[in-house]
Amino acid sequence: MIIKLDFFFYVLGAMLLLVALMALADKHNPKRYSSALFWALYALAYLAGDQLPPVVSGMLVVVMALIAGFGGVTLGRYGERTAEERKSSAQRLGHRLLIPALIIPLTTMIGSTLLKDVHLGGLLLLDPKNTTLVSLGCGAVFAVIAACWMTRSTPVQAVREARRLTDYLGWAVVLPHMLAVLGLLFTEVGMGKAVAHLVTSYINLDVRLVAVAVYCVGMALFTIIMGNGFAAFPVIAGGVGIPVLVGVYHANPAVMAAIGMFSAYCGTLMTPMAANFNIVPAALLELPDKNAVVKIQVGTALPLLLANIALLYFLMNM
Amino acid sequence: MDHNVVNLWPLLGVAVIILGFALRAHPVLVVIAACAVTGIASAMPVEKLLATMGTAFIKTRNLPLILLLPLAAIGLLERFGLKEHAQASIARIKSATTGRLLIVYLALREITAAFGLTSLGGHICMVRPLVAPMAEGAAETRYPALTDELRHRIRAMSAATDNVGLFFGEDVFVAFGAIVLMQTILRGEGLEVEPLHIAMWGIPTAVTAFIIHSWRLHRLDAQIARAMLKQTQKETA
Repeated sequence: MIIKLDFFFYVLGAMLLLVALMALADKHNPKRYSSALFWALYALAYLAGDQLPPVVSGMLVVVMALIAGFGGVTLGRYGERTAEERKSSAQRLGHRLLIPALIIPLTTMIGSTLLKDVHLGGLLLLDPKNTTLVSLGCGAVFAVIAACWMTRSTPVQAVREARRLTDYLGWAVVLPHMLAVLGLLFTEVGMGKAVAHLVTSYINLDVRLVAVAVYCVGMALFTIIMGNGFAAFPVIAGGVGIPVLVGVYHANPAVMAAIGMFSAYCGTLMTPMAANFNIVPAALLELPDKNAVVKIQVGTALPLLLANIALLYFLMNM
Repeated sequence: MDHNVVNLWPLLGVAVIILGFALRAHPVLVVIAACAVTGIASAMPVEKLLATMGTAFIKTRNLPLILLLPLAAIGLLERFGLKEHAQASIARIKSATTGRLLIVYLALREITAAFGLTSLGGHICMVRPLVAPMAEGAAETRYPALTDELRHRIRAMSAATDNVGLFFGEDVFVAFGAIVLMQTILRGEGLEVEPLHIAMWGIPTAVTAFIIHSWRLHRLDAQIARAMLKQTQKETA
């Protein structure tokens, strides 16, 4: 393949290294040394991640978590333009401002559907295992070029703006990593078996509605704990869905699977453990309460979970 | 080993998570503590624990790529007024309200995701630069003195709308990873299921999700109106 995923790891690593240097030089940041160290370590993970021994990268995670956890990553000053300046350039550039913003999703879409199998000189154009990510990476690079050209700015200014946004994200950037680490640990020590054991030994599944409710609520609860529906599905489907719903109540496996996975997604909406969807956007939208998105989603997720129980109860023997 | 004996010690890790969030401790510290407790409770040597964590960290580097790479372009466009432009555009549409705008976005996001076009959206490329400012702008056109509390509520609802649309749309797409995962797991248990059937039986929930969330978005307009009325009454009193 011609364009590999690793290439974008280096691009991001270089960007994070610049962010770290800018943080170090920012005298308005009250904790510029620890902030710079945090971003430098993160840059290291992208630039040299494959060469580091696993124990060293493990220590890297712990140090980054401790810096972030004890408030060592703080905001600096970013030389932002005033609201009037932004309004006047918005008027000048108009809809053209949307072009670079739309380049990213459009390139991702075209790359992952049309250019998926394209060969150039006998080599695949895009990394076949990571088509979407590689297409998104290309889109992001094209978008920066377009944005710089249109606004007559330098790429360094683009990195400066990226730093403004990464600083708002702060620790939220590493949380998804940490949770993936925890999820993997949970799998390794057999957490799924322990949970399924608890559910099946202490709840009476002889009533059809109870069994359906345990299955759906179990999916949601387990997802709330693990932060990922894909981790919950095999455990709860294997523990309750297949032996009880299909085995005892003759449920249609397709209905059991589809509604079960959607019940898990209701859990995803209600947990800070799904940091990518719930905590990162709260940071990105500059909300003072990092759980604001989770809290607002509960109002949709709970009624939907009840609806799932009803749907599964009535549809499972179709 | 007896097949029925299940090791319950790893559940201590879950207890740490629940306790940590209940005590409102810093999420990153809670997760690191849970990692340590889970490792120790299952008698994992410290070196193996660190190595496992390190390997997982390096393996998951592709997750933040989606988030961080577009930041440079989006940040630069914001400097030149992307948000202001989005707000000015929505102000020109007289019938636009926060709720209606987000219902349209929910429909678009869910339908495109159902056709597998999940990259047409997302928090970094769509919600922060366009959807949230437009939703906020639509409310601001009607109520220029919009409170910060309402602004934050509107932004959180914009992010929630993206999530709901994505989650309950993508699972109706036959080639989506989750459907393949379900099929593989069921096959492992001796059940043969067509991916198309799993996708099809997802539709009732997808429709219900749209109805419930649009109802909430529809009510959001009324909530904003009520909160702003109270605000003006308080000021005149």
